[in-house]
Amino acid sequence: MYRYIVNRLLLAVPTLVGAAALVFLLMRLIPGDICLVRLSGGGSVDADALAACHADLGMDRSVLLQFLSFLGGFATFDFGTSMWSGKPVSYEILTRLPISLEIAVLATVVAIAIAIPLGTLSALRQNTWTDFVIRTVAIAGIATPSFWLGIIALIIVLDVTSAVSGTPWMPPIDYVPLWQDPVRNLSMAILPALTVGYRYSAVTMRMTRSAMLEVLREDYIRTARAKGLVHRLIINRHALKNALLPVVTLIGIEFAFLIGGLVVTEQVFNLNGIGRLFVQAVQNQDYTLTQALVMLVVAVFVLTNLVVDILYAWLDPRIRYA
Amino acid sequence: MAALLEVRELRTEFRTGAGLVRAVDGISYTVEPGETVAIVGESGSGKSVSALSILRLVPDPPGRITGGTIRFAGRDLLRLSENEMRQVRGGEIGMVFQEPMTSLNPVLTIGRQITETLEQHRAMDRASAQRRAIELLSLVGIADPERRLRQYPHMLSGGMRQRVMIAIALACEPKLIIADEPTTALDVTIQAQILELMKDLTRRLGVALVVITHNLGVVARYANRVNVMYAGRIVESGSAAAVYRTPQHPYTMALLRSVPRLDRPRRSRLDPIEGQPPDLTRLDRGCSFRPRCRFADEGCAAARPALETAGERDHLAACFRRGALLGAEAAE
Ligand SMILES: Nc1ncnc2c1ncn2[C@@H]1O[C@H](COP(=O)(O)OP(=O)(O)O)[C@@H](O)[C@H]1O
Ligand SMILES: [Mg+2]
Repeated sequence: MYRYIVNRLLLAVPTLVGAAALVFLLMRLIPGDICLVRLSGGGSVDADALAACHADLGMDRSVLLQFLSFLGGFATFDFGTSMWSGKPVSYEILTRLPISLEIAVLATVVAIAIAIPLGTLSALRQNTWTDFVIRTVAIAGIATPSFWLGIIALIIVLDVTSAVSGTPWMPPIDYVPLWQDPVRNLSMAILPALTVGYRYSAVTMRMTRSAMLEVLREDYIRTARAKGLVHRLIINRHALKNALLPVVTLIGIEFAFLIGGLVVTEQVFNLNGIGRLFVQAVQNQDYTLTQALVMLVVAVFVLTNLVVDILYAWLDPRIRYA
Repeated sequence: MAALLEVRELRTEFRTGAGLVRAVDGISYTVEPGETVAIVGESGSGKSVSALSILRLVPDPPGRITGGTIRFAGRDLLRLSENEMRQVRGGEIGMVFQEPMTSLNPVLTIGRQITETLEQHRAMDRASAQRRAIELLSLVGIADPERRLRQYPHMLSGGMRQRVMIAIALACEPKLIIADEPTTALDVTIQAQILELMKDLTRRLGVALVVITHNLGVVARYANRVNVMYAGRIVESGSAAAVYRTPQHPYTMALLRSVPRLDRPRRSRLDPIEGQPPDLTRLDRGCSFRPRCRFADEGCAAARPALETAGERDHLAACFRRGALLGAEAAE
C-alpha cells in the first residue's frame, strides 16, 4: 500500500508539469498583460514605463526562460510573488485557503450526512411516496443555483433576525479560525456550506439511489436474503458497502471542485476564498498568482483522487489484492 | 412418514409490461425427508421461480405468489410472518444458486459469509461460528480452510465458490436444500465433483434435496424422483428410473432424445427439441406443448390435460395422447 501511494505521487509529477505548461501558455495567449492593465488607466501607455514594468516583473526574458524559472520555483517550493500585490503568492493563497477548505469540508459532511441515508431510503422505497419526495428534493437541489439559494438564505436570515431582535444580523466577513472563535467561524461558514452542500447532497443522493438499486438486484443480495439475515444486515453489510464505490468517486470529484470553483457563492457571501482570488488574478493577468492557483487546484485533484483510490481499495478487496 | 415438503397448486405470477406471466401455474409435488427430488425442464419453464417461491424470495413487484400452499415440516410457509419466514430461510431450508461467480458478496470474506448465518440462526459468538465455519469448509472438501476463511470470493475458482455456497446452505443443519442448477455455470469436470459432493453430503447428513436442472443425465444418477416442468406446469412426475426408462409425456421423450444416454447406441442421433418454449403471457386453454408436439390433435387444443396415473403407481403424466405415444415409442 505504501509503495502504491508513493508510485501514485510520482505519477502525479507529469500531470503537474503538463498542467503547468498549459496554464503558462494559456495565460500568455490572453491579449494584453499585467503591465498594460496597470498602466492603461490614463488611456495611452508610455513605452518606457511599459518596458520598465516588464523588466521589473521579469517579463522581458524569453518565454522559455520564464517557463523554466516558473517550473524551477515550483520544484523548490518557491512560488514567487504576486505580480499585482507584490506579496508572496504563498501568503495570498494561505490567507484564502482556510475558508475555502472549511466550506468544502463542511459541505462534504452535510452532503454525506444527507445523501447516503436518504439515497438508500429512496432506493429501498423505490416508486413509493417517500421515494418521490426524496427524488423531488434532489432534482430541486440540482436545478437550483447555489448562489441563488445563498441570496435567499441571506434574505431570510436578515428578515428573521430583524423581526425577532429588531436589528438585522449578517454573518461576519472576516475569517477567524475555528479553534479561535468557533461560534464566529461557524456562523460565517455554515450558510455557504449548507447552500453548497444541498446541491452537492442532491447529486450524491441520486448516485447513492441508483447505485443502491443496482446492487439490490445483485445475486449476492438474493443469497443474503436466502440466508435469512435481518434486513438491517442485508442493507448495511451487504448492499451499502458495494453501493458506496461509485459514490466515493463522485464525492472526490465534487470536493476537489469546491476548493477553487465557488466563485459566485463566495461573492454572494462575501467570502475571501480561493474562487474569488482566482477571478481577481485572471482579471489582473497576474501570471504568477494564476499559475500557482491552477497548480493548487490540480494538486487538490491529484490528492483527492489518491484518497478516493485508497478508499476504493479499502472498500473493495478485488482492488486491494489485485 | 409425513412428507417434509408438500407443494400444492402453487401459482406465481409476474405483472410485466407485456402482460401477466404465469411463471408457475399450479404445480404440486412432495419431498420426503432425506430424499432427492429433481425438477427438470428447459430454461424459462419456471423452475427457478418455483424454487424462489418456496423461500418466498420472488421479487415483489413484479412477482406474486397468488395461490396454493407450501407445507414444510408441518407449517404452511405462505402463512408465516416475514419474521418466521426468515428463520426458515437459511435455518431450516438452505439454498444453492446457479451462479457461483456472483452469488457471493465480493467485498466480504468467505468466513464472514459463513459465520453470519450461524450468528443469525444459532446465536453463536464469533469464535464458535469461526470454528464451525472451518468444520464446514472441510466438510465440503476445501483444503486449508483456515486460510480460505480469510479470503475473498474473487480468489476462489467457480467450483470452490460453489462448495462455499454449499457450506453456507448446510451451515445451520437444514432439513432441506434447494439447489437451483448448481452446476450449470461450471466446467464439465467440476460439475460431476459438485454433484457427487452434494449427493454424498445429503445422504450422510440425511438432508432432503430439491435439485433443479435441465440435464436429464443428472436426474438419472442423483435423484429419487423427477418432476418435469413445461411452461409453468408439471407435465410428468415419477421415480427417476421410471421416467428415464418409460417416459409418458412427449416433452419428456423429446428431452431425453436431446441428451446423450448411456443406454442407447452411441451413434444414435441427438435431437434438439424443435420450436421455442411458449410465450407465457399468451397461453390458451389447450395443452401448452401442443405447438411443438408431433402427436398433437384437435383434442389437445380444447383443454389442458391434467396429471394422471400413467404406467406404474406414482408415475403421472399430463397428456391426452399417451396411447399414440406408447405406440410410437414401441415402434422406434
Ligand atoms: N423478475 C421477473 N420479472 C418478470 N418475469 C420473470 C421474472 N423472473 C422470472 N420471470 C419469468 O418467469 C418465467 C420462468 O422463469 P424461471 O423460473 O427463471 O425459468 P427457469 O428457471 O426454468 O429457467 C420466465 O418466463 C421468466 O421470463
Ligand atoms: Mg433458472
